[in-house]
Amino acid sequence: MNAPSAAPEASTAGAPPRAEGRPARGQRQFRELGVLLAVAILIFATWLYNPGFLSSQGVHDLFLGATVLSVLAVGQALVLITRNVDLSVGSVMGLSAFGTGILFVTFPGLPVPVVMLAGVLIGLVCGLLNGLLVTTARVPALVVTLGTLYAYRGLNHWWADGGQVNAHDMPDAFLLLGSFSVLGVPLPAAIAIAVVAAVGFYLARYRSGRELYAIGSNADAARLSGIPAARRVALAFAANGALAGLAGVLFAARYGTVDSTVGTGMELQVVAAAVVGGVAIAGGVGTVYGAALGAVLLTTITAALPIWQINQFWHQAVVGALILAAIGLDRLLALRTARKLRGGGARGA
Amino acid sequence: MDPAEVPPPLALVDVTKSFGSVRALRGLSLELRSGEIHAMVGENGAGKSTLVKVIAGVHRPDGGQVLVDGRPTEFAAPVDAQRAGVAVIYQEPTLFPDLSVAENIFVGRQPRTRLRTIDRGRMRRDTEEVFTRLGVHMDPDRPARGLSIADQQLVEIAKALTRQARVLVMDEPTAALSGVEAERLFTVARTLRDSGAALLFISHRFDEVFSLCDRITVVRDGAFVSCDPTTELDVDTVVRRMVGRDVSSLYPKEDAEHGETVLEVDGLTRHGVFADVSFEVRAGEIVALAGLVGAGRSEVIRAVFGVDRYDAGTVRVEGRPLPPGRPKAAMDAGVALVPEDRRQQGLVMESSIERNATATRRGPLSRLGLLRRRTERDSAREWGERLNLKFGGLTDSVSTLSGGNQQKVVLAKWLSTEPRVLFVDEPTRGIDVGTKAEVHRLLSTLAGQGLAIVMVSSELPEVLGMADRVLVMHEGRVTAELDRDEADEESVMYAATGQRPSEAA
Repeated sequence: MNAPSAAPEASTAGAPPRAEGRPARGQRQFRELGVLLAVAILIFATWLYNPGFLSSQGVHDLFLGATVLSVLAVGQALVLITRNVDLSVGSVMGLSAFGTGILFVTFPGLPVPVVMLAGVLIGLVCGLLNGLLVTTARVPALVVTLGTLYAYRGLNHWWADGGQVNAHDMPDAFLLLGSFSVLGVPLPAAIAIAVVAAVGFYLARYRSGRELYAIGSNADAARLSGIPAARRVALAFAANGALAGLAGVLFAARYGTVDSTVGTGMELQVVAAAVVGGVAIAGGVGTVYGAALGAVLLTTITAALPIWQINQFWHQAVVGALILAAIGLDRLLALRTARKLRGGGARGA
Repeated sequence: MDPAEVPPPLALVDVTKSFGSVRALRGLSLELRSGEIHAMVGENGAGKSTLVKVIAGVHRPDGGQVLVDGRPTEFAAPVDAQRAGVAVIYQEPTLFPDLSVAENIFVGRQPRTRLRTIDRGRMRRDTEEVFTRLGVHMDPDRPARGLSIADQQLVEIAKALTRQARVLVMDEPTAALSGVEAERLFTVARTLRDSGAALLFISHRFDEVFSLCDRITVVRDGAFVSCDPTTELDVDTVVRRMVGRDVSSLYPKEDAEHGETVLEVDGLTRHGVFADVSFEVRAGEIVALAGLVGAGRSEVIRAVFGVDRYDAGTVRVEGRPLPPGRPKAAMDAGVALVPEDRRQQGLVMESSIERNATATRRGPLSRLGLLRRRTERDSAREWGERLNLKFGGLTDSVSTLSGGNQQKVVLAKWLSTEPRVLFVDEPTRGIDVGTKAEVHRLLSTLAGQGLAIVMVSSELPEVLGMADRVLVMHEGRVTAELDRDEADEESVMYAATGQRPSEAA
């Protein structure tokens, strides 16, 4: 550590600026492009096999299918980047979906936007509670959100009391939301795209967004740098909750029928989507664009398998293999980057 | 020079701080004046780094005051210190590996556009500008991951510079820098001083301290010793003030018969960490590895034991070569290692005393592959008694024990393997004085029974009080080998700082 290495080059001053420019950033972009490419190839190949896959109805279904998962993956990415995880998103989404439905039943006169906002708020409160538990009780997020996963679901069951809300209980304006299209893009998908763009811009361009990366990258250094880490993490959880709430609202609008089991098991798909999209479980790395693309890839696989006449039973195995491939790729890229950086740095360690 | 007229930007008055039973600071006062570079020197463990953390707002002092411009101020968090204009460069760089170099420099205070988004262009330009001032070329957009320690340190320095701090604290900033880089840092430090900043410079390199600093404060055992203008001091005086302590009953060293050579280390080298380290240890002998923190002492014994790899050299125990990189082989050959950090490396903190104490002998204590609780407990009890361990119950977790008693559990764990060679790394760090003496007595007794002991210690009195022979390391090399009667504070300190008495005088 202290001894000069065997042959230290004179100093940093001697190192020429790197020709390739920004190796690591380039690698990261490559990572997201890779997922995009995988989606494109999959869609193209499936279309060749059966052109019906890209009929206007097929495209519509594809978009809608990816919507809920993408919104959830974007939220999860926020939390994962701070080196935490939120396993309760499936339950939060379910709670919000049911809450939205029951509001229409209980107060039929409420304007649609108000009810939608209430659905998002339900998620926000759940997420904030997660965040506060994680930051104040200093219990690992994995444990806290595993607990709230069951707690929120239990709450939902108690609230629903075995009942469900049907499409005819909801106003037409709300249900139209799920089927309305702008230039071939279903409205929910447009909302999801807007969310991805907004959160992506926030993470890249705002101090507090960059600080989420800093916290996930080195929590101690974040503290020494005066970053209010607890507040930032709590807010990341709250934002994730709000997005899970939004996902619940979109779910209710699309399917019209909600009971207390909506979103069960969703949390693992969400984490899988984020990881496939290049968001590191260890924190500090990844973008919401990647997470959303990961969600799109997973839903495209789900949609494509029946067309290839592959048994649905294979679905989970394919997803599993994809996660392993993504992790392997990340590790490979990390090693390559490390080698490049060492070689290109001022001098050997 | 009249401090009464303009209050100093930062002053500490009678600051105390304890960690458990260890008193790290006992009434330390320090005054940093504008337009002055102030040096703080002291042995390892004298409380320098704790003081830095008080100034930085990381630790809150138990007593005493922090004065900013003469007004008492509480730094509850690092951000408070930063607002008061204090910037700190820590001994260990604290960077974000996943963020770019520019973001590391400006984290939390990135330049912003009117829309409150980060102005990346300006951030990059500002980074390039500060690097130009420092005379380094580094791509602002590359991530901090993979930077060498020296480059990381440069990023830290750039960070402090862009804060335009009124008070800049540098805790051994040059430890990892080459001569050219250090010289450049000093130029910047002088520029800052001339523009009216107050600087605190902590270093073990006396040449740097004397050429750079205007005043020198000496601290010892967490207390203030002296503060004088550099012109009125010389290296010898400073060294004497740093150590001057009586080495008394704390070190009950008995004379032991020295037997045959048990351990031979020859030409041990790990590139960039230590080079060409050779020594022998005989049965019944205590050899101390002295030197400053980071000199490579722990790394050497870790390599000998096989925890770390090494690039060249041989290790022999009782004449037989030890295969590199295999701790199990070392244990079988009768080598034991009591590591530096008992919480991280020596113990399973949540596990019981008996589990920990017998962790090295799961094989001999089990039958048919199953651990037998009874034998485990009996063995743990026996060793507990032999080491005078103070505990509630053997099934209590070791985290309930005091530091000294935890250390005894680690010792029990290794002594019960009946080693021929015992490595102990900082055996009494963070231990109260009474237990310290007990550990020393134990080591002395063990040597008397013919155990060969290699002790790494940063505490000079411990080295001088316990060792038959002292090997001093400086920057990865053995710079002196001193017999018990040759070794004194000054000779060890000179060798540890890479100085020679003649040079300094």
